[in-house]
Amino acid sequence: MLDVQKIRKDFPILQREVNGKPLVYFDNAATSQTPQQVIDVIVDYYSNYNANIHRGVHSLSQEATDAYEQARLKIQKHFNAKQSHEIIFTSGTTHSINLVANGFSSLLKKGDEIIVSALEHHSNIVPWQMLCERTGASLKVIPMNENGELILSDYDALLNKNTKLVFVNHISNALGTINPIEYIIEKAHAVGAAVLVDGAQSCPHLKPDVQALDVDFYVCSAHKICGPTGVGMLYGKEEWLNKLPPYQGGGEMIAEVSFEKTTYAGLPHKFEAGTPNICGGIAFGAALDYMNAIGFDAIANYENELLDYGTKELLKIESVKIYGTAKEKTSVISFNVKNIHPYDIGTILDKMGIAVRTGHHCAQPIMDFYKIPGTVRASFMFYNTKEEIDTFITALKKAIMMLS
Amino acid sequence: MTIQEVQNEIIDEFAMFEDWEERYQYMIDLGKDLPIIDNKYKTDDNIIKGCQSKVWVHANMEDDKINFTADSDAIITKGIIAILIRVFSNQHPKDILEANTDFIDKIGLKEHLSPTRANGLVSMIKQLKMYAIAYQTQLN
Repeated sequence: MLDVQKIRKDFPILQREVNGKPLVYFDNAATSQTPQQVIDVIVDYYSNYNANIHRGVHSLSQEATDAYEQARLKIQKHFNAKQSHEIIFTSGTTHSINLVANGFSSLLKKGDEIIVSALEHHSNIVPWQMLCERTGASLKVIPMNENGELILSDYDALLNKNTKLVFVNHISNALGTINPIEYIIEKAHAVGAAVLVDGAQSCPHLKPDVQALDVDFYVCSAHKICGPTGVGMLYGKEEWLNKLPPYQGGGEMIAEVSFEKTTYAGLPHKFEAGTPNICGGIAFGAALDYMNAIGFDAIANYENELLDYGTKELLKIESVKIYGTAKEKTSVISFNVKNIHPYDIGTILDKMGIAVRTGHHCAQPIMDFYKIPGTVRASFMFYNTKEEIDTFITALKKAIMMLS
Repeated sequence: MTIQEVQNEIIDEFAMFEDWEERYQYMIDLGKDLPIIDNKYKTDDNIIKGCQSKVWVHANMEDDKINFTADSDAIITKGIIAILIRVFSNQHPKDILEANTDFIDKIGLKEHLSPTRANGLVSMIKQLKMYAIAYQTQLN
């Protein structure tokens, strides 16, 4: 059992007011809040051992390097990667995806095919379009059904010997659908294609085991898992990371440099050019510690309760329509109120201290599918409560009354 | 009435409201009454970029004065446009260009003035002034 009142005390921001009302933060799918335990790690780093890593012989640099590499080990353990050098620190999911997309430029040729899902965020579509422009490969899309689930028979039909890479998010940011990535990975491997899974939305809610999944690449951002912004990771199987060329040139990623020739450093440094977000990496590790101490089973159970309760209460309001009704989904509710623009709902809710997301959630193809300009999205984390959902429902009813 | 007089009138009206609810309810009602733009002007060319909701604005000039019509698919945005149109419509382009917009702060809608705000109030004002520039050039 999860003691939500105790947990809430860990989050200073949850104590504040917005527009004179206690904050109800339901925009967790955009970014999660940060517990004091992680804030303390950030303060401690800058107060006590801020130094550049991997270079200095002095003590501070050693301490910072140790803490940073310790964080890498925590991430390795969390995702059950076979080796720590399969964990690459990046600035976040988008950076991780671009790193892989850029690497594949040298592996693809005309006639090759990349498959993405219809449930993707813009950052998951654009790098592949750019990759296709560079290489002459073509982009195929797995369609979705009304419930917001991928149509797997169509996916099967898209796979062939030209398929080189399949890219899908583990959980959709706009609808909360949990995609059957086990199936997707198995089928892709059967035709010899690599699979990259975007875990930006899944990592706050579940604990992926990259070896059990047999996934080739898995990416996420720390800021959605109670960590700071500007840091994330790329997991890649060693064999794949070795095949990809370096993404950026700079310090740290080289072994030897002369004007005639440079040899690159081994993994993971080959992909970590320049001074990294040292403090962010360390805090990323601390965020995983924090969430693991609560436990992902307890988190998932509790969030499912919130999802069920929120869905049930919302559907009591007659004019509400929920988008994304997949059987397997996480604590994200995307909805609209009949004849009211999502922007209007979001504006009035904000006046009552409630933070939700409105708009197309950087997933315009999904909005086009439903022929809507956008939705209101309420997304819950383990520190939210049923009482907050009640406050939200009351506020929503008031907003509907004002706007009708 | 001059732009300044209209602005003062709006400031006086908003001064009667006690809280955000009354202010927003008034804006919503204004939005409902907004003179709807002729459908033929609701084209992609007339959409103002930078808004989360769609906003169309059309302008025409009569007797050296600009008239604006507009529409939006979001009602609060429509309310904001209604206020802007009341201020800037039936005015000389030169006066529109010289007008300041700090009345928005004074009526308690300052939050909508942030350039990062997705409603695009700032883009709207810019667009109205762009029309004024264009018509001013014609007059010169």
